[in-house]
Amino acid sequence: MTNAPAPRIEVQDLTVVFGEDERRVVAVDAVSFRVEPGSSFGLVGESGSGKSTVLRAICGLAPVAGGRILIDGKPLTLRRDKAFTRQVQMVFQDPYGSLHPRHTIDRILSEPLAIHGFRDRDRRITRALSDVGLDPAFRFRLPHQLSGGQRQRVAIARALILEPTILLLDEPTSALDASIQAEILNLLSRLRRERNLTYLFVSHDLAVIDHMCDRLLVMKGGQAVEELAEGALSHRQVESDYTRALMKASEGFVRPDAA
Amino acid sequence: MTHAPERVKGETLLSVRDLSVTFDTRRGPFQAVRGTSFDVGRERVGIVGESGSGKSMTGRAILGLVRPPGRVTASRLTFDGIDLRALPDRQMRRIRGQRVSMVMQDPRYSLNPVMTVGRQIAEALRVHGRPSREEIRRRSLDMLTEVQIRDPERVLKAYPHELSGGMGQRVMIAMMLVTEPELLIADEPTSALDVTVQLDVLRILDDLVRRRGMGLIFISHDLRLVSTFCDRVLVMYRGRIVEEIEARRLHEARHPYTQGLLNCLPRIGGGHGDLPTLQRQEAWNDA
Repeated sequence: MTNAPAPRIEVQDLTVVFGEDERRVVAVDAVSFRVEPGSSFGLVGESGSGKSTVLRAICGLAPVAGGRILIDGKPLTLRRDKAFTRQVQMVFQDPYGSLHPRHTIDRILSEPLAIHGFRDRDRRITRALSDVGLDPAFRFRLPHQLSGGQRQRVAIARALILEPTILLLDEPTSALDASIQAEILNLLSRLRRERNLTYLFVSHDLAVIDHMCDRLLVMKGGQAVEELAEGALSHRQVESDYTRALMKASEGFVRPDAA
Repeated sequence: MTHAPERVKGETLLSVRDLSVTFDTRRGPFQAVRGTSFDVGRERVGIVGESGSGKSMTGRAILGLVRPPGRVTASRLTFDGIDLRALPDRQMRRIRGQRVSMVMQDPRYSLNPVMTVGRQIAEALRVHGRPSREEIRRRSLDMLTEVQIRDPERVLKAYPHELSGGMGQRVMIAMMLVTEPELLIADEPTSALDVTVQLDVLRILDDLVRRRGMGLIFISHDLRLVSTFCDRVLVMYRGRIVEEIEARRLHEARHPYTQGLLNCLPRIGGGHGDLPTLQRQEAWNDA
């Protein structure tokens, strides 16, 4: 039993607290979960549920007040080192806000390579663009010359250019039109298959999470509500009333007379 | 005062024919809306489309809210028989807000951040009449109660930043409805809200259409939501209405764009396979 490989990500009793005294807010309250290598784990909840804060805590961007985060069985140290950023990368919700507006795509993609001392930058950038389905002609354009979907492809290319094993995805398609969302989700699925990536996928959209993830954790007000195995949503095998309410809401409006 | 009202058939509140909105760009004129025609009665009409389809611009053009250099043309644009095209600004203002209101997407940007909720609602009431302070207070409280705000007294004294997104949007709706408009244009009124709050707001709108016989134009990118909420759906693509369909028969949609939009949404229990993507066709531009 002890020979089983360590989970790629393990979060134990993670607690994140902002502010002090009367302004003290417990944003994440003793949340635990495990993500196996090569799998995709979903965090789903409404605003204020703490789902994004969990991702930020893993990156070292939120004040952790308690609990542990382990990557491949090794607890994270206080400061995230270069090895961590090579292994774990994040894609944010807003492709308009997460790319430097005055840097060309080329510069955006070469920066992480320079920081980590990669030599064959030219080849890697060309490959990264083709991997995310962008024409090489985009390389010397600025973000504002790209559509929202194209920018999100650049953000994904930037995250993947260091060949990480873990991708933290924070509502990566919420700012996109439905047809573009489908393209980006397909791209993310393909990349995960091809590179055996591990995803931690945050979304408010149950259908997106069910489509993209093997297992998922429902969160509310900083706490874990329940963890669901593959297929539990579609078979409606859920325990909590909150998850049931979320599922009902995701089906759309029910007219009083039809109910 | 207005021109002889043109008689329109019984229940039609709004009648739009060949509506176009044009902007001049460096590369020549760009038509954001290209000749749309539709009628709205005392019902819920959804306008659905992706970003840039012209759905918001259609809503704004109806209320005369397209600013120059944007140009609005229509062969007909009437509300309750009144020709809105030729209406002087003063009379347009009387209709806008009092008889036709608009709710925008994000309460953070459409409420005045330095005015209390109470003052903003009072302002809406004063613009359209001379109510007494007592009446303003009573109508404000009634309206806030109607949009399911539990402690209206407190909310009346609050500033917008002291309210949550859902509360802010309800305040917006209260403000737009306090003048009892006959037609409400709601532009993505629930898109910034959590799903559970979203349904609360829809319930309020639904109730108003039923009880007051209000007409509602519901502009949204969310096809699934619109199909469950509205009576009729207009699907827009690149400035044109490509399909008009009864909401409950949306699954029978004929236009490949509408079908594509429906199919590309992930579903619970739909598996992990690739989602069908939309293959845009040149021909749709002229549909």
